[in-house]
Order: sequence, then structure tokens, then C-alpha cells
Amino acid sequence: MLTCKEFLQELTDYLDENVDAEIRSKLEQHITECPNCWVVCDTTKKTIRIYKGMEPYPIPSDVEARLMAALEKKMALK
Amino acid sequence: MLASTQIPDEASVLVQAREGDVKAFSELVRRYEGKIFRLAMHITQNREDAEDVLQETFLKAYEHLDQFQGNSKFYTWIVRIAVNQALMKLRKRKTDKTVSMDETIDTGEDTMAREIAAWDENPEQRYSREEMNQILSSAVESLAPPYRSVFVLRDIDDLSTEETAEALNLSVPAVKSRLLRARLQLRDKLTRFFKRKGEDAFAYM
Repeated sequence: MLTCKEFLQELTDYLDENVDAEIRSKLEQHITECPNCWVVCDTTKKTIRIYKGMEPYPIPSDVEARLMAALEKKMALK
Repeated sequence: MLASTQIPDEASVLVQAREGDVKAFSELVRRYEGKIFRLAMHITQNREDAEDVLQETFLKAYEHLDQFQGNSKFYTWIVRIAVNQALMKLRKRKTDKTVSMDETIDTGEDTMAREIAAWDENPEQRYSREEMNQILSSAVESLAPPYRSVFVLRDIDDLSTEETAEALNLSVPAVKSRLLRARLQLRDKLTRFFKRKGEDAFAYM
């Protein structure tokens, strides 16, 4: 049986599906027996999902215009 | 998320840009300016600094394009430039040491969750898009810079662990341990907004 601390140490690799079968089954065993770790695992998974779905905000047009102007100036020098 | 599957493909645009084709380089800029600006905003938390970082990144990339080896993705290469520029900005602004990417990370108690409460299945539906952006951005901003950069690259920009390590000049284990900390801290911060209401909060028990 894993401790909660050991579970947490493997959590990132587990959520990224980057653990071998043996560790995976130990981790999955742990969350069936430990409600706290189940919640931490589930809510961390949701955290990642929510951030991945975050809308990319468009670059402000004035910022882009100044970037392009700076580049044009640089390119003209080369 | 990378635009490499779009037409024209990135490899040929890069070849043209390296041969001095100004239009090809501008095409690369348009592809990545949004992501670089967002990354710079996340690290510097200041629009003026982020704009400087954005300009310096692409000016440097243009200047040193012949040094781009092509054995990593172009985006990973410019991210590395952008992160360095952004950290220099932070160092100029603050004199404390908290902005060092080499800061030693102890995996101590604050990795442990402060609040254990189940969330709704789709907690984001409780908030408008604007509210969600505000909640998510301020949670990321509250992370210390070494965690923030790793989280933004790995989980928002969708770089692999190896690419993130390369972009930030960190080892793979360092990326993993920072990512774990960042994810758990964000989970903790978001619990306040997303936990189930009332009696349902402990429905998993």
C-alpha cells in the first residue's frame, strides 16, 4: 500500500499517463482506498483540463503594430 | 496546438526565413506572437514589460536565426529567448532572489493539499468566460515564477516535458517536480471557486 505522500509524488506522471503498469495499478489501488487522494487526483485532473481549454487571448492590435514596426526597422538595417 | 500542420508548413517557411525572406519571418512572427505575448504576460505580470519581451524576443530571433539549429522546434527556441528576456525584466524590477530559475525547490509541506473538497463535474460552467479567465489568470499569477513558467509551457502551451526542460534550460526531473507543485497549488487555489456547494461537498465519502 502506497502512502499518500508516495501517491502525490507519482501524481504528475500518472496524470500524464507516463507510468508503467505496475505503478499505475498501485496508484489506482490507493485512490480506491483513500478518498482524500481520490479528490486530489480528480480535482488536479480537472485543473489541467480547464487550463488546457483556456481561450487564448488575441494579442492587442497596438502591441502587434509596434512589434511589426520594430521588426521592419530591424529588417531594413540588415 | 503548434501551427506546424498548417499550410505552408513550418520547415519550408523557416528555410525561406533563414535565406533572408522577410515575409517568411513575418509569417513565423504571426504564428507565435500571441503565445509569446501570453507567456511574457504570465511571467512579468506587467503589460509594458511583456511588450518589451515580445519585441526583444523576435528581434533577437531575427538577428540570430542562423544560430537556430533546427534540431528543436522553432517555438521551443524562441520560448527560451523569451523566458530569458522575461526573467531579466523581473530581475531588473525586483532585487530579491525569488526570480531565479535555479531556485532550489523543497518538496515540503506546501505540496500537501490544504483543502480537500470534491468539485462539480464541470465546475467551469458556473462562471462566465470572462470570470473564468480572471479566476484562472490570477491563480497562475499567484504562483512563484519557477512554477509559473513550467506550468504555462507544459499545461497551457502544451509543450512536452522534454521541450519544456529544453526551453527553460532545466532537467526533466526539475520540470516534473515543479509541474507537480504548480498543479497542486493551482488545484488548491481553484478549490475555493469550484468545490461542490453545501452537503454535496463530501458526497464522495
